[in-house]
Amino acid sequence: MLGRFPALAGADLEVDAGEVLLLSGPNGAGKTTLLRLCAGLLSLRAGEAEVLGVDLRAEPRRVRRAVALVGHETFCYDDLTVAENVRFVARAVGRTAEDADAALERVGLGRVAGVAHARLSQGQRRRLSLANALARKPSLLLLDEPHAGLDDQSRGVLAEVVRSAAGDGCTVMLASHELDLARALCTREVRVVAGQVHPVPPGRGIAAAPPAPEIEASA
Amino acid sequence: MTFLRDALLVAGKDLRIERRSRVALQQIVPFGAIVVMLFAFALDSDRTLLHEAAPGLFWAAILLAVLLAVGRSFSIEEANRARDGLRLSGLDGGSIFLGKAAAIAVQLFLLEIIVGIAVVVLYDVSVRGVLVLLCSGVAATVGLAATATVYGVLAGGLRARETLVPLLVLPAVTPVMLGATRSFEAALNGAPSDAWPWIQLLVAFAILAVTAGTVAFGPLLEEG
Repeated sequence: MLGRFPALAGADLEVDAGEVLLLSGPNGAGKTTLLRLCAGLLSLRAGEAEVLGVDLRAEPRRVRRAVALVGHETFCYDDLTVAENVRFVARAVGRTAEDADAALERVGLGRVAGVAHARLSQGQRRRLSLANALARKPSLLLLDEPHAGLDDQSRGVLAEVVRSAAGDGCTVMLASHELDLARALCTREVRVVAGQVHPVPPGRGIAAAPPAPEIEASA
Repeated sequence: MTFLRDALLVAGKDLRIERRSRVALQQIVPFGAIVVMLFAFALDSDRTLLHEAAPGLFWAAILLAVLLAVGRSFSIEEANRARDGLRLSGLDGGSIFLGKAAAIAVQLFLLEIIVGIAVVVLYDVSVRGVLVLLCSGVAATVGLAATATVYGVLAGGLRARETLVPLLVLPAVTPVMLGATRSFEAALNGAPSDAWPWIQLLVAFAILAVTAGTVAFGPLLEEG
């Protein structure tokens, strides 16, 4: 429910561990809502949701500590530097400053580590969001329109990060309108329309992923 | 330990932002000093009244400045949806509360020193009963910071928060205004023993505000 509007009524979705799932669908269909729900940012009014084997309704904090969300906003502080923002995020989940610095290097922001967030370009901000997510070393990575505002080089970084995360056993859920780019990264696609989740049959260059379900969500 | 470590993490973040942006130094401190100066102009013809009312005027100036400090503390969480980032961090709501309240308290202490100097100079006040002033100042500041932090997060997600925070905070901190003013009066009038009942009130209020804030902040942060 978003206010009095049922955002994901009847949605049913299971994602396997290590899977890279693409959420496609029109604007306002519920993709962002689904990602924010999985991140523990939205409370469930009805139905059940289990993320990484944890009941979202009962233990949202535990879910949040294991999940990273790259959204439309950076969730950062304008007056802190790039490095300070990432270190704050890392330390909050028990990671170290070294984890934060490594994440910055990985997305190519090491050179601007001392620059205030307010002075970053849009593309750099998107990369910073990615660094924040990496510094947390999440078990579930949620990416909401990750290609938006990125140049070719940054898109390459994003692709490398997604593939490497999946290779390390991290589950990735990605909502995007840039379908060609997204499908090249994903192992399965579902289409979200009016809050309903519909499977997209294989055959569009997306292969099925291994079993062992770890995430279950239905609302 | 984790709880306190997380609180220090949040306090350090807020204080670093304030040191960098200098909003407290360049806006809140001058505001407090200007309020004290305006009282001096308004009551200039009656120096005795100004001298006698100094404790009340000092705390009135601090109370008004608290509203700016708490507004600032939560406005930094609104930009770039940092508030969502704070929720995503998985930090305990109580530790976030303690961190934010501690950061506000540190700024208030600095403000009180500067405004206090302005009061001594402009109102011709002789400082006496330093221990009482210190004890009541600390207890009052903790109570103010804790109460303002709770109402700050309560109003944080609302469009009308700038006008709502004063309406919520000012009535709630009436006991602090009363206790702090009376204990300052007792100290400055050379009767420090008269201050202790008021200090007890301030300490009780501070304990209550910190306890309530630690419990309530998490759910309020979720609702905002």
